[in-house]
Amino acid sequence: MVRGGAGRRRLSTAAFYALAGLFMLPTVFVFYWMITLSLKPQVEATAYPPSFVRFSVTVAGYREVFTKYPFFLYTWNSLVVAAGCTALGLAVGLPAAYSIARWRQQRLAVVILVARIIPGIAYLIPWYIFFRRLRMVDTYGALILTHLIVSLPIIIWVMISFFEDVPAELEDAALIDGCSYLGVFWRIALPLVKPGVVATAILSFVFSWNNFLFSVILAGRSTRTLPIAVYTMISYEEINWGTLAAAATLITLPVLVVALLAQRHIVSGLTFGAVKQ
Amino acid sequence: MPTSSGRLGRWAHRHARWLFPAPAVLLVAVIIVYPIAYTVWMSLQEWFASSLTAPHFIGLANYRKIALADARFQEAVGRTVYFTIVAVGAETVLGLAMALLFNRQFWGRGLLRTLAILPMVATPTAIGLVFVMMYHPSLGVANYLLSVVGLSPWRWTYSSQTALYALAMVDVWQWTPLIMLIALAGLASLPREPYEAAHLDGASTLRAFWHITLPLLRPALVVAVLFRAIDALKTFDIIFVMTQGGPANASETINILLFNQAFSYFNMGYASSMAVALFAVVMGASLILIKVRRSTTW
Repeated sequence: MVRGGAGRRRLSTAAFYALAGLFMLPTVFVFYWMITLSLKPQVEATAYPPSFVRFSVTVAGYREVFTKYPFFLYTWNSLVVAAGCTALGLAVGLPAAYSIARWRQQRLAVVILVARIIPGIAYLIPWYIFFRRLRMVDTYGALILTHLIVSLPIIIWVMISFFEDVPAELEDAALIDGCSYLGVFWRIALPLVKPGVVATAILSFVFSWNNFLFSVILAGRSTRTLPIAVYTMISYEEINWGTLAAAATLITLPVLVVALLAQRHIVSGLTFGAVKQ
Repeated sequence: MPTSSGRLGRWAHRHARWLFPAPAVLLVAVIIVYPIAYTVWMSLQEWFASSLTAPHFIGLANYRKIALADARFQEAVGRTVYFTIVAVGAETVLGLAMALLFNRQFWGRGLLRTLAILPMVATPTAIGLVFVMMYHPSLGVANYLLSVVGLSPWRWTYSSQTALYALAMVDVWQWTPLIMLIALAGLASLPREPYEAAHLDGASTLRAFWHITLPLLRPALVVAVLFRAIDALKTFDIIFVMTQGGPANASETINILLFNQAFSYFNMGYASSMAVALFAVVMGASLILIKVRRSTTW
């Protein structure tokens, strides 16, 4: 749109779509390959040359994931941890974000930004030592608390920019009418930023769901989450590619679907609100 | 319910600016500040979590060792930086090219955005697993596709020569769309006038791109590269799942080395000093990029 002004001949429509297709092909292909592989019987999953479109469809891989491994438990664990971490993160993060936006508490914002920069493993060593001492390894509490290290900064930073967009006049009018700050936050600001809350909740959920580093050490037999389950499947030398692909699909598909609901806000979430779409 | 009635309510109202962030401050102190302080303290100790002996203070000896004596650590630092430069460099060039291509009205814009978001939110562990199967030297689809276009097969993550690049490709696959989306947003906000002036002066498209688009886009690009660099330096999931640092340490980054020091050898003090060093590397990279953003020349 802008570059056209430089008097350059436009790409023809056909060439544009050909180029666009070429660029987006790898994205599509990896997901396509994951899903088709999960539906192939073992012989065809490891056939060479591989079949791209014509193959017999089976759900054996999915059946095996649930019969050979406690996949329902893993899914439940992932759900509990992600939901718990998101709920706690919102309860604590929303008032903080409101306060940072309203009273310009920049120092707090910077501390939280630094928390985002610090490598996760620097938290993991002390947390492992503490939780071992408290006998909290392999509990939901340990996982939820550590996942908050990732979620809370995202929630706070994304919500700051949403709360900053709430018109100050609205809040001031309510304050003059005798409303308390808590009332302003609860009845005026929060309803206005509802789309932001939904988006950050989804982001926080996705990050917790995908988390590997904290869970691989702090989860145990009874709290193992899905990413750890997949990892152990690889290390057990699971040779059935259909089963592996089925597991990968089962883990990824929920986050893909959920993330699409918040797609307008994903980029601003990933860049800490530095980029608004 | 929240009204200003009652003494407690009035007190809460007066101190709202401290009460609102208080739970978050407390939580940040407990889950973030305290553990980091503990890691820094631990980096000055010698302690094996597997043994019964208590940690004992050895001052900066751990740091002296990683800085001067531990060749494996120094190689890991080089590898981490190299991995980041390769991955983020490729992502920036590709992402910018894609943004320039897609910066127009076309049918399917919404679909493009949707597709771009999918790799970024996909579970890295699962994606790593899929790539492990695609990279398989004899059965994988990657080598089949190479053979279709007439190239000789690679050994991908199965050879120490190519492992780091094969891993970087996964990172590129996942994160190029982020740079593209950020650059697209930047392009959409560019002013029109400089281009019209350049056009009148008879400047070529390439010159216009180099002298107008790139400088104007720089703040957005720096933000994109900054976030990518911070995360690429810390890459853990895909490397741990796909190669565990192998073959023959060829993909052992700081994160992987230090994870093994901490959780295979339980060498907590030494691992902590590596964690602090990794943080210094990430922080250094961030500061450099922030400086680039502030300076006025390209």
